[in-house]
Amino acid sequence: MEKTLAKDIGFWVMLGIGLAVMFIGPMVWGLFEIMQITQYVVLSVYALSLAYIWGFGGILSFGQAAFFGLGAYTFAVASINIGETTVPFALSFLLPAAFGAALGYFMFYGRLSDVYLGVVTMVVTLIFWKLINHTAGPEYSIGAARLGGFNGIPSIPILNVPGDAKAWLDPAQMFQAFMGILIIVYLCLRLIIASDFGRVSVGIRENETRASLLGYDIRRHKVIIFAIGSGIAGMSGAMWATYQTFIDPNAFSMEMSAKALVWVMAGGVGTLAGPILAVILLQWLSLKLGTMHILNNYFILGAILMGLVLLLPRGLLPSLRLLAERLWHLGRQKMDASAASRKATSDV
Amino acid sequence: MDYVLIIVIEMLRAISWLVLLASGLAIIFGMMRVINFAHGEFLMLGGYITIMSHNAGVNLWIAMLVLAPLCVGIFGILVERFIIRFLYGRILDSLLATWGLSLLMVGGVTLVFGNTVQGVSTPLGGVSIGAYQVPFYNFVLIGFAAVLMLAIWSVLKFTKAGLIARATMQNPDMAETLGIRTSWVYMATFGIGSAVTGLAGGLLAPLTGVVPSMGVNFVGQSFITVITGGASMIAGTLSASTLLGTISQGMTFLTGPVYGDAALLLTALVLLRVLPQGITGRIFKKSL
Amino acid sequence: MTKLNRRGFLLASGATAATLSAPSILRAAADTIKVGGLHDLSGPLDASGIPMNQVLKLAIDEVNATGGLLGKEVEAVIYDPQSNMSLYSQYATQMALKDRVAVVQGGITSASRETIRPIFHRYQTLYFYNTLYEGGVCDRNEITLGTTPAQTVEQLIPHAMNLWGKKVYTIAADYNYGHITAAWVKRYVEANGGEVLETEFFPLDVTQFGSTISKIQAAKPDLVLSALVGTAHLGFYRQWAASGMKAEIPIASTTFAAGGTDAVILTPEEGNGILTSYGYYTSIDNPTNAAFKAKVKEAYPDDTPILSELSEVTWEGIMVWADAVRTAGSLDREALLEVMESGKSYDMPAGKVSIDPKTHHAIRDVYLAELQDQEFIIKETFPQVQPKDTQMVCNLEETPDANVHHEISLN
Repeated sequence: MEKTLAKDIGFWVMLGIGLAVMFIGPMVWGLFEIMQITQYVVLSVYALSLAYIWGFGGILSFGQAAFFGLGAYTFAVASINIGETTVPFALSFLLPAAFGAALGYFMFYGRLSDVYLGVVTMVVTLIFWKLINHTAGPEYSIGAARLGGFNGIPSIPILNVPGDAKAWLDPAQMFQAFMGILIIVYLCLRLIIASDFGRVSVGIRENETRASLLGYDIRRHKVIIFAIGSGIAGMSGAMWATYQTFIDPNAFSMEMSAKALVWVMAGGVGTLAGPILAVILLQWLSLKLGTMHILNNYFILGAILMGLVLLLPRGLLPSLRLLAERLWHLGRQKMDASAASRKATSDV
Repeated sequence: MDYVLIIVIEMLRAISWLVLLASGLAIIFGMMRVINFAHGEFLMLGGYITIMSHNAGVNLWIAMLVLAPLCVGIFGILVERFIIRFLYGRILDSLLATWGLSLLMVGGVTLVFGNTVQGVSTPLGGVSIGAYQVPFYNFVLIGFAAVLMLAIWSVLKFTKAGLIARATMQNPDMAETLGIRTSWVYMATFGIGSAVTGLAGGLLAPLTGVVPSMGVNFVGQSFITVITGGASMIAGTLSASTLLGTISQGMTFLTGPVYGDAALLLTALVLLRVLPQGITGRIFKKSL
Repeated sequence: MTKLNRRGFLLASGATAATLSAPSILRAAADTIKVGGLHDLSGPLDASGIPMNQVLKLAIDEVNATGGLLGKEVEAVIYDPQSNMSLYSQYATQMALKDRVAVVQGGITSASRETIRPIFHRYQTLYFYNTLYEGGVCDRNEITLGTTPAQTVEQLIPHAMNLWGKKVYTIAADYNYGHITAAWVKRYVEANGGEVLETEFFPLDVTQFGSTISKIQAAKPDLVLSALVGTAHLGFYRQWAASGMKAEIPIASTTFAAGGTDAVILTPEEGNGILTSYGYYTSIDNPTNAAFKAKVKEAYPDDTPILSELSEVTWEGIMVWADAVRTAGSLDREALLEVMESGKSYDMPAGKVSIDPKTHHAIRDVYLAELQDQEFIIKETFPQVQPKDTQMVCNLEETPDANVHHEISLN
């Protein structure tokens, strides 16, 4: 924790991998692989939104999908009406962030405790889900965009180059743009976490009473963290909408919320790289399962989730790190007995 | 006039249904602070056991009232021993594990029973009230909800087991010091909570039929009822069910099911803002 | 959107294919013709998807048993989208770009179809949608063999009104299909001099219908028209029977047992008397259907699928495509479409089927049947019904590049 960002090896490794994938990826991968990996990138941004508010703000949201869906629908409605995608993309960050701030104000200034906070976020998501599912009739349209109820909104425009509505990105360009967004989000979150603000939020996470006795305004702090997370989730929703060119109410589903929880928990709470790793592994697995025909896919996915919790309670990344450290120490034990006391942890 | 009576009966039915749905979860959550995300699938299992055993020739009432709670209760104990036991104090991990369990159960039941099972007709037929007819089964539901609440209350209030349970709930460490095996109490609680859910599933089966994926329709409602009710099992479940059931059913009659559901959710939201510890966090504080 | 360079793509994907694809798929690439199958085999929709998939495999075996196509064996590439739209879009992309299948059969809900249809349109992979739906797809790349409301509702409403009376209470699923069907119901009821007392929509997860049943009793209609969808909604029929209303007010449905399974999930006491109209029933009496049913029974002796319009039309999908390949003597999409547009008529288990060149929807026999003891008894047959709804909005001969799903407005 005490290290500055510049001295953290993990940070530079992640950044390096990200940039390498962004620039070399399209040269070596075929179209299908690129589209596949673009999906991991989008969902990684979504996972980061929860990884941040939960791991570094101590806010557990069961309703991350509310913001994901809100961002997606905002983007869809705005881009269909405006005919280009730059302004809608910005809106898909701003609107969910504003909504997150409002909801955060409602919750944190009401001093809701953990579990209740979780349920309130879940209820909000359910309300969105119910209402958006109810918009099948032709009376539910915003400008040129029909909300479409259960069937969702088809034919959402593909991202275009800012300022030129006809210059649509092809899959490789979209992949690079999204990879760029992922890197920027990761970078910004690391900077926020390393800043004074971030240190205070970790302090609040560790001990709220102490932080408030030290004079920090916990409620305001949490509202800001929650709003940032909501904005990022909204933006990932917009990326999802333009990547798939359609969006349906499943964006607001409990499953979508739960997925974010699973990724963060499986990857390791309190890390940013872990959830990204978990997104890639679990999404790949679910795709792979559908192409094989063994037993029933729900059965296998369920078993894997349970196994993860019972066998790797800390999450993938921390467990891997622990394993690596153990091996490292095993090798060095004889040479330096005191190494264990000064073990270096990085908060990748 | 008849219509008003019909509406009142429907509201009572809706309240009873919420009570049946939420009791099992309330027992587990109130007692152990474990969120069982597979609650809906426990319900589904109860339904399957009822229908499969009925189709195999067992009397419907025995299947519904004895076999379903018994089997789901035993299943619950197994789940507690093999999974939940390791996750006490880790609310989130237990949530994730039970989510995995719910997927596993959906898949498992599909593998074992297939997804097309002939249902059971709702027993007892209809009753005329003025110009209207309602299923007599509605009254069965209302009756069972009342009996269930009464039974839980008497057990907690008058029996030694109830005393031990309350002690463990209030202060597990102290209870342990006094020689109570809290681990067994937890196991039994989880089993009983599951059995109650199994019973609810059994009672539901003749109304809606069963499919492996039916559980997801009920998880949200059950959680919201339990959390809105707050920490005390009986007063919480009862007050939350009454409030939410009345409002949602009233809205359903006035407009339609969508706004009924939305009204239920909005009420819960406002309530939690006003009473952040649930209804029984402030009102009926000392009740069970 | 993409400037896809096929050769470049092939080289690139060949080089890295080992990272993501199963080796068995690659090995078979050269010497077989691949047919994609996309049906939900797990999750909430598996009750419809599994029978469709079983029949799809059977139909492919049948094609192979009669000598394959163009001297090659036909191979099924089957993925399970797990009732999940984003997996639908991924597998569709995979089939079009990586497996390079000759044709794809699949999609169940309209949502899944609208997810994958544009993908196949973009990558020019021929696509068959084999489900009854609300009508309105206008896409030359898609062959739609299932029935639409103008084909079925148009027969069902006058028949039911003649039998029972003129006042109708409509209950429908709260999504696109339900809303459009409810609009058609209203139109046909009014055209026949009747009146729709009330139309109520239900979200797909509603299981308790007590309040609606009371409302229906208060409105006193002559018949209830149900466009409810999915297993949660089956509760309506059960609760309806439980309240003793079944003897009082009859039900006609545009959706009941469309996937076949509803008919056996309800007990005879609950289901008897429900009137429906579809493009296929197992009780259709012709030699092709008898042979079809025997083949299904023989191929799946233990887990015999319950046949319905969905699964029978899946059979048609493969057969129509195989016939086109044989006639054209190639797999070229244009050549196949030309054969199918020629107005050829096919002898299918469901009766005579041909493809309307203007809409690429089927012109087919429509039946009206009543449920008795879990079997549908056919009451009436309407030969060669046109997909009039889609014809109102779509003419592929004039706009061959169309790529939309029209919402057919009746107002």
